[in-house]
Amino acid sequence: MTSLDDVVRRLQTLPFFANMDAGVLKLLVFTNERLTYERGDVLCRQGEVGDAAYVLLDGEAEVLVATAEGPVRVAALKGVTLVGEIAILIDVPRTATIRATGRLDALKVTKERFFQLMEDYPGIAIETMRVLASRLEATTAELARARAALHEK
Amino acid sequence: MEPNFFRYVWRHSTREQLGILALVVLSLPFYFASLNLPKAIVNGPIQGEGFATPEATGRFLTVALPVPGGDAIELFSGFDLTRMPMLFALSGLFLALVFVNGAFKLQVNTRKGELGERMLRRLRYELVDRVLRFPPQEFRRRKASEIATMVNAEVEQLGGFIGDAFVQPAYLGGLALTALVFILAQSFWLGVVALLVVLVQAFLIPQLRRPLLKLGRARQLAAREMAGRVGEIVDGIVEIHANDTSNLERADIAGRLGRIFRIRLEIYERKFFVKFLNNFLAQLTPFVFYTAGGYLAIRGQLDIGQLVAVIAAYKDLPGPIRDLINWDQQRLDAELKFAQVTEQFDPEELLAPELQRPDAPAPAALAGGLKVQSLAIADERGARLLQDVSLSARLDERIALIGPPGGGKEALAYALVRLLQAEPGRIAYGAHDLAALPERVTGRRIGFVGPDVYLWPTSVRENLLYALKHEPRGEAAAGLSADDIQEARRTGNMPADASADWVDYEAAGATGPGDIEARLKDALTLVGLGETAFEWGLRLRLDPQREPALAERLVAAAEGIAARLAEPAYASLIELFDEARYNRNATVAENILFGSSSHAAQSLDALPRNPHFRAVLAAAGIERDVLGMGLAIARTMVELFADLPADHPYFEQFSFIASADLPDYRAIVLRLGDDPGEADPETRERLLALPLRYIEARHRLGLVDAAMEKRFVAARALFRADLPAELRGAIEFFDRTRYNSAATIEDNLLTGRVAYGKVDAEARVRALLREVLARDGLEDEILRVGLDHAVGTGGRRLGLADRQRLGLARAVLKRPQLLVVDQALAALDPVSEEREMGRVLAWARAHGSGVVWALSRPHGARAFDRVVLLEGGRVTAQGGPEVADRFLARGAAEAPRPGPVAAAGAPS
Repeated sequence: MTSLDDVVRRLQTLPFFANMDAGVLKLLVFTNERLTYERGDVLCRQGEVGDAAYVLLDGEAEVLVATAEGPVRVAALKGVTLVGEIAILIDVPRTATIRATGRLDALKVTKERFFQLMEDYPGIAIETMRVLASRLEATTAELARARAALHEK
Repeated sequence: MEPNFFRYVWRHSTREQLGILALVVLSLPFYFASLNLPKAIVNGPIQGEGFATPEATGRFLTVALPVPGGDAIELFSGFDLTRMPMLFALSGLFLALVFVNGAFKLQVNTRKGELGERMLRRLRYELVDRVLRFPPQEFRRRKASEIATMVNAEVEQLGGFIGDAFVQPAYLGGLALTALVFILAQSFWLGVVALLVVLVQAFLIPQLRRPLLKLGRARQLAAREMAGRVGEIVDGIVEIHANDTSNLERADIAGRLGRIFRIRLEIYERKFFVKFLNNFLAQLTPFVFYTAGGYLAIRGQLDIGQLVAVIAAYKDLPGPIRDLINWDQQRLDAELKFAQVTEQFDPEELLAPELQRPDAPAPAALAGGLKVQSLAIADERGARLLQDVSLSARLDERIALIGPPGGGKEALAYALVRLLQAEPGRIAYGAHDLAALPERVTGRRIGFVGPDVYLWPTSVRENLLYALKHEPRGEAAAGLSADDIQEARRTGNMPADASADWVDYEAAGATGPGDIEARLKDALTLVGLGETAFEWGLRLRLDPQREPALAERLVAAAEGIAARLAEPAYASLIELFDEARYNRNATVAENILFGSSSHAAQSLDALPRNPHFRAVLAAAGIERDVLGMGLAIARTMVELFADLPADHPYFEQFSFIASADLPDYRAIVLRLGDDPGEADPETRERLLALPLRYIEARHRLGLVDAAMEKRFVAARALFRADLPAELRGAIEFFDRTRYNSAATIEDNLLTGRVAYGKVDAEARVRALLREVLARDGLEDEILRVGLDHAVGTGGRRLGLADRQRLGLARAVLKRPQLLVVDQALAALDPVSEEREMGRVLAWARAHGSGVVWALSRPHGARAFDRVVLLEGGRVTAQGGPEVADRFLARGAAEAPRPGPVAAAGAPS
């Protein structure tokens, strides 16, 4: 798991990056930091304002949400996963904490670098918009279904 | 300030002026004697006039006093000399007079120069002294660069004239008068004509020159404004770039230069016309002499001898007259310039000099309470900042001033330290009216910090100590010689040495230079700069020659740190330099050299051409491998960066190849394919240069595998084995047992590279560093070194938050009885601001000091004893923390509160 091309291939398995040019992704990988985490290391913390997204490349992590009774595990992450990508688009506090549950390899994509990429390659911005729009569409549809369900009750 | 230039000069240099005048008068007889002598030599001994026979003698050195209208009175009858001795005697006398005249001239000129410079020194000192006493409001309408221009350049032009101010007219007037009297004596009417022309000249020329002065004044104002605008451009450079207004500034400057040009042009036109007229008038008189005098002579009404004498005498007249007219011009110019400069330094309500005198009689400390009575303050346009504010407080109370921006809290804070002057109304500390309290009390017993902290472009230490330098201590004048002191006194300057030790150690609770550092550290820690100062220290270079003991202790500490870093908990965070192992977090060059070049990048670029380096690569059998690495890097770089514009920041940050070289490397990659064996010598050098900066752990191109590591380590031994002499001084080898002066303290302590890709590796390593150093008692030493950190011009090397913290530390250092703060931590985030504020308040409580703090965020007011709400320039409420709560509740109801925390207010 060392070569640039290998990491690029992993990125391309994610919907967010699937349609982006391999050469551009290579630049993204080369200019961003690759981090390794040990079990228990925290990638990002709920409530903090984030400035980076993480692509989990190899290893496992869990998603924790703070409740009155303490942190509750809401999901386990395994395999290539993209987390915290909203933070590279707008300044919002993290909605959950992500913690490594074993040795974890990740690519940290900072807001600064991602914006630079969008500036250099407008295609990336269009592609990002497309991904967000399809998500919004899905969310809207889900909301409509939920409303309808609520109405029926 | 005396607005009349002549009165000013005369008052401060009467004795010197009279001395020079006496010298000039004394020199005149010698000068005239020397004029007459050549004729006497030629006519007498050389042509033989009066030496008809070899035995004939002449009189030498006869001194006679001429009496008008009668025979001269002989004072000394002289010696009788024959022709030859007479020649030598007269020639010798001539030579002697040349010496005497030269000596007089030397004396007069030197004294004039000396006089001018003394006056300049006095004038400049007085101007700066006045700037130091300007009421603080004055600076809102002043530009620093304009004041500087006036003190420096504009005054300079006066210097040359000061020496001539009185001497020149006296001297020239004397000469002109002599010539005129002589002409009148020869022929009354011709004399009258000459006198008339002179009078016309003397009246007309100055009249014509008057507009010139007006123009000169306009030019000076334009030039001063121009200097001010250039200053503004420098200060506002960020706004100019951020708003694309550089061309507006260009146009403005071009317009100003154009105006200056037009003024100058008109000055030249008029000046040369006046010159023409002056010359014409000067030549008019001979014309009259030749025609009218000639006519009279031909008609036999005038003696020809008289006419010749008149014309000869007239030759001496225009020179002095012209010079006198020039002097008059300079006089007007100097008077105007002087008045113009001095009026700028004469604001209303200049602080009385007694308020700043180091020996001003003053109470040693503030006593009693603070009393503000019906205070009103208006800004320079008459807008009310405060009205009818009354307040009384104990000096050890901690008071928060809150309210909307511009509501009066800032003005009140400034008024309490007299940075705004109250009128009407009164502020009193105990029995003393603030208006009459000398700065030796207000500047020492009261501390003040505003939001715009100014830092002097020196070190952190000097900036802190600045608050303690009130007056020369003991032998502060010791650095000055008796001559320096006398000269300073002569020109009204302060005879003290600014480079001496001025620090008032006792005021900071120290006893001397030895323990002041601890107080500086306390002050920094109080405002949350302790850790920062420690980090400043880590990043500085230490000169082991100057501090051998510390360098030695650091080397010892490095050993202990290395041992701790070898523990499993840290093993993955840092990779220590180990002679027997390849360091994946260091560059290839560092791995081969096992050291760093003390001449930085320059010699790294030269390395591929270095014969020893190449020989090592060949001997280790890795030249082809390194070339292959170079080719692989080149290929990746070409692939990654080829599409980016040439000025893209990534070239600087990430590329191994500069954008300009990228096409060359693309050609190399295309030509060689996968096989570097075909490369010509020049291409080899270019390829070898690339891997030198390659760090396996950072760049992750997978170019250095385990086998390659071993071969690099083998090359390392070869490189060091027979190092040629010219490389010996150029490389500092990684060696924990020696202090490396070319590296920072941190690099000396870590002797390794913090691992790439490890979360928080740097922070954790630094925490360990701190822990070990604290245990060894070195933490304070590093912090002490960190005090040498240079803050840059205006403190710009520090962030605004750190600048504000440093300003607060400076105010606290002198242990004021009352600390007045105006939003001095507003640049910090709210959490840090409240934390540092809490510490400062705790410090004040412990020292029994009072605090008046104008808060930018009213939330912090709960930590104070009393809260005063100021709105619209009036106190609208005061009491406990509930005042702040009510104000906050009202604010929340009225409008969303803007502030730096807006980002956190986004819905989550």
